[in-house]
Amino acid sequence: MNIIVCIKQVPDTTNVRIDPETNTLIRAGVQSIINPFDAYAIEEGVRLKEKFGGTVTIVTMGPPQAEEALREAISLGADEAVLVSDRAFAGSDTWATSYTLSKAIQKIGQFDLIICGKQAIDGDTAQVGPGISAHLDIPQITYVKKIEDVKLDGAHRHMRAEKMTEEGYEIIESPLPCLITVVKEINEPRLPSLKGKMRAKKIEIKKILAKDLDVDPGLLGLNGSPTKVVRIFTPPPRKGGQMLEGEAKEICGKLVELLKCEIP
Amino acid sequence: MDYLLTEEQVMIRDLARQIAQEKIKPLAAKYDAEGIFPWDIIKIMSDSDLCGIYIEEKYGGTGGGAMELVLATEELSRACGGISLAFAATALGTYPIILFGTDEQKKKYLPDIAKGKKLAAFGLTEAGAGSDAGAIATTAEKKGDYYILNGTKQWITNGGEAETYTVVASVDRSKGARGAAAFIVEKGMKGFEFGKKEDKMGIRASATRELVFTDCKIPKENLLGKEGMGFIVAMKTFDQSRPGVAAQAVGIAQGALDLTIEYMKQRKQFGKSITSFQGLQFMLADMATEIEASRALVYACARMLDSGNPKVGKESAMAKLFASDTAMKVTTDCVQLFGGYGYMRDYPIEKFMRDAKITQIYEGTNQIQRGIIANHVIKESVSK
Repeated sequence: MNIIVCIKQVPDTTNVRIDPETNTLIRAGVQSIINPFDAYAIEEGVRLKEKFGGTVTIVTMGPPQAEEALREAISLGADEAVLVSDRAFAGSDTWATSYTLSKAIQKIGQFDLIICGKQAIDGDTAQVGPGISAHLDIPQITYVKKIEDVKLDGAHRHMRAEKMTEEGYEIIESPLPCLITVVKEINEPRLPSLKGKMRAKKIEIKKILAKDLDVDPGLLGLNGSPTKVVRIFTPPPRKGGQMLEGEAKEICGKLVELLKCEIP
Repeated sequence: MDYLLTEEQVMIRDLARQIAQEKIKPLAAKYDAEGIFPWDIIKIMSDSDLCGIYIEEKYGGTGGGAMELVLATEELSRACGGISLAFAATALGTYPIILFGTDEQKKKYLPDIAKGKKLAAFGLTEAGAGSDAGAIATTAEKKGDYYILNGTKQWITNGGEAETYTVVASVDRSKGARGAAAFIVEKGMKGFEFGKKEDKMGIRASATRELVFTDCKIPKENLLGKEGMGFIVAMKTFDQSRPGVAAQAVGIAQGALDLTIEYMKQRKQFGKSITSFQGLQFMLADMATEIEASRALVYACARMLDSGNPKVGKESAMAKLFASDTAMKVTTDCVQLFGGYGYMRDYPIEKFMRDAKITQIYEGTNQIQRGIIANHVIKESVSK
């Protein structure tokens, strides 16, 4: 089973602060990590490989330092790593990113399954995974919390998965190849292994530039991005609430009066 | 301090640290209170290839030595000195095979230990033979293709949990220490049973049991080295393993100091953080310096071992002595710095003091270590 796992390197938002003057992230001193949801995608890919054989190829689009995230993924059991990196890709929104990644995946070659984390913790859009499947014109199952069955031989190659919903879950079957995005309920990512770390240190990371891809240059980077960021701002902090005290009946009266004042 | 570790040693240290901080630390208090053996941690270490870091590649390990072992033991002990012991005591039980095993014995026993599928243990101590190891009463009588073991080993770390045991018994009691031999005994062999699990002051996540041999038949292929070499096997094993105990002590001391500094930063008295009081700052400075000195001694000794230098008896004893005395002193001072809170079980620091104590006692009491060191320095002065 040949699996492609798409990951993103993100700032560790547990430590991130916003500059109140410019309303942008203070990146200095903030560690970069593999997007936590993508760690579940890597683990699921490695587990499927251990069960069915084949390879796990990790792909990321990002600046050159995203190579660190790829090496970490290798230490966790992946086989190959591809960095999609070029100045031409700078400023890509989710549309341009998923377009570029879909082209890079076509370039990488034959695959049975693409796995993405459900969303990245920096942008929180959850659009790139589904975007890739749309550009590649393959089926998608989002928010997968369990892979129930995979059938790789015969005419009807397929997989069946549990998709998490707010009420419970749906069981969805899809032909292969397809793309899934995974939630954290799907597994518990392992720690790296020593042999994995040694491999990660030595492995050659394949690089894909814009010129290596069969793409329309007008659809790349900032120019290819339909999304325009008009303004970024930090929402004003909430004001503290008001506590009403006294008997229930009395409080109800006060509350109604207050609500009347609030609603014009 | 920069110890100029190799790339691979840095990886081992970082991996052990990650396991310790992410997986062991959250469980340490529970495993200590309930005396749970850390099989789940062994599984994680096995998946991370840490179980074979001191075993040759051709027997399934990653080919490191004493330095790799002390780095991992120190990091694991920083989170819990009891949980780390399942790993460190396996090394103690494995060294006799590494040092004295034949190729067949190594092929048979080392790969499963390197993979973390099996743990090992070392059985020397008896009720009447502690520091005076020559007084062992367990016997091994040769009958045809077998040795028949009879006797009881006491306080054996990993007892009952390990699959592979190296046991020292006497083949000829009239010869005293020269009549001893070492054997590999497998759990499940007929006539090999375990006594009750001991209730200990510290290292409570570690299992300590008696090994009871009643007409236990051991195939003669399981003899390690030759008859009469039992004590040489034990002493050479201890030369290798003492830096491991010393590393456990360094880890316990460092773990206690880490917690103490964190506590002191947030503890306010007289309107300010207690880190601002010079009397307490001096205590911190002394502790940090003594820990670093212990670490330097342990690492130097491990490197000496890895260089193949056979004359490490003195240095190995010095490392064990100094690091364990430091651990006891540091953890006692850490409890002091926590004040009344330090004495309470709700806080994690008293456990470090309980765990530290054993490092002054086992694998040769610190009085025995002083004896070894004194013998060496006196002999050296004579030969000058």
